[in-house]
Amino acid sequence: MTAPKAKPILEVDRLDLGYGELQVVFEVSLEVARGELVGLVGGNGSGKSTVLRAISGMITPWSGEIGFDGLKVNGLKPHQMTRLGMAHVPMGRQLFPNLTVEENLSLGAYLRRARHNRSRNLERVFELFPDLVSKRRQPAGSLSGGQQQMLAIARALMLDPKMLIMDEPSLGLAPFLVKEAMQVVRRVADMGLPILLVEQNVRQVLLVSDRAYVLENGRLVIDGPSVDLMDNPLVKKAYLGL
Amino acid sequence: METAVALLQNISGGILIGGVYALVGTGLSLIFGVMRVINFAHGEFLAVGMYLALVGHAAFGLEPYLAMLLVAPLGFFVAFSIERLVLSRLVDSPEQSTLLATLGLALILSNALLLLFGAEPKTMYVSYATATVNLGRVTLSIPLLLAGFVATMIILALYLFLTKTEPGRAVRATAENRLGAELVGINTLAVHSVVFGLGSLIAMAAGFVLMPLLFAIPTVGAGFTLKAFVVTVLGGMGSISGAIGGGLVLGLAEVLGASYLSTGYRDAYGLIAFLAVLLLRPEGLFGRTIKRV
Ligand SMILES: Nc1ncnc2c1ncn2[C@@H]1O[C@H](COP(=O)(O)OP(=O)(O)OP(=O)(O)O)[C@@H](O)[C@H]1O
Ligand SMILES: [Mg+2]
Repeated sequence: MTAPKAKPILEVDRLDLGYGELQVVFEVSLEVARGELVGLVGGNGSGKSTVLRAISGMITPWSGEIGFDGLKVNGLKPHQMTRLGMAHVPMGRQLFPNLTVEENLSLGAYLRRARHNRSRNLERVFELFPDLVSKRRQPAGSLSGGQQQMLAIARALMLDPKMLIMDEPSLGLAPFLVKEAMQVVRRVADMGLPILLVEQNVRQVLLVSDRAYVLENGRLVIDGPSVDLMDNPLVKKAYLGL
Repeated sequence: METAVALLQNISGGILIGGVYALVGTGLSLIFGVMRVINFAHGEFLAVGMYLALVGHAAFGLEPYLAMLLVAPLGFFVAFSIERLVLSRLVDSPEQSTLLATLGLALILSNALLLLFGAEPKTMYVSYATATVNLGRVTLSIPLLLAGFVATMIILALYLFLTKTEPGRAVRATAENRLGAELVGINTLAVHSVVFGLGSLIAMAAGFVLMPLLFAIPTVGAGFTLKAFVVTVLGGMGSISGAIGGGLVLGLAEVLGASYLSTGYRDAYGLIAFLAVLLLRPEGLFGRTIKRV
């Protein structure tokens, strides 16, 4: 385990989560240090999205604690987490399909904390995603899957976030686009933004992330630096097909 | 020649009253588009608007259009608070709960009006009640002209608000994708309250502009709720342009039917047009299938 030196931006402590009567996540603890790209991987239905939903305020934890940027944030609503600087690129992107690309991006900077930097950030994301420039007046729903994913990430960056959490950015993308999406995630992390990345595509995540956690049936089973996990026999066998 | 003039006369009247119907439908459509709530109390808010106009006129001698401006903040606040207290608690519950809640609200509002004002019809006399203008050989009633004009202005203002302002963009974002809106930091529950306030205020405004033309009874709302449904379904649920088209179709159907077929069935012609559209184009005259990402 490489213990991060400074106080982590995100600290999740022994979370229990579930839906209705059914518990699906058990005592999950994890942390993301400033500047770190951390992967959270695991198979179908292992509870990855559930953990992200709790972090972004879409569901309330049964027990455990979530600390973000030095604050205890259990039970806050999604828009309140966003206000604190947590940007969430959710599963299915959750764009505004009939609004234009530019309107989608503007809405990313809806909050006061981001509004005054809106035009500067707009330029910045257009530099990062040049494909979007020529589409700025088109409805978001008319973009290809890959472009929509770029737009979802770009919209999150418009917030000037302190941290980014992403759920399956590769979902529905052709294999060559998955690689590209992961490279984009890495580039954003290299700009200094801490990221928690949830993916089923374990190999791709391990290739770009600094550290990773492996979730199985709602419990953490392995964690460590991604390069080490690549060589871990259990990970190799269960997730890399080796 | 005479028949051509009469036709023009009828068409102008149909368009003007259709403008008011479009306004009523726009309010319902806004609420449905953003909140996915079918508001059975919509017509009752219109009735409340009528009685507010009456009170303003009888007690303070206010012009209905001036009274409308003065009372607007209060009307908005009342509807806003109702959303806060009742509908916001039902936001994630099944559709029939909000449906029953708005039905209950409709009953409460119409009975409150009955209690306060009694069952007998009330009219309001404005100095220009019978004034007319002549456009060529077509004669238009001034109160109807004013009603159509003010309705158009309110729809235009709403359109500009939704497309050109920051809060308007937040409303459209909430309508398109509530989770996405929350994630960019929009307090979508607050948006719901504001939208219900605005949509109901629009219904009240329609009550104000109609007061010089109609008489008020406490149960007048139910008929207008039905008209609002007809308008929005005709045009396709959840779009302003659809509500405008639907309103004009309803106004024309009523006026033309009443003068060329039989006056007694005025309200039925709108419903006939409505059924015809539903049979031929279930998505509405101007509807398109909703795109989801
Ligand atoms: N809204 C819900 N209501 C009830 N159960 C749910 C709900 N969402 C997820 N679950 C259940 O919780 C468990 C964990 O689901 P979750 O979506 O967190 O998994 P995941 O790791 O994100 O899976 P995937 O890789 O398929 O996205 C699953 O058994 C799932 O069936
Ligand atoms: Mg998932």
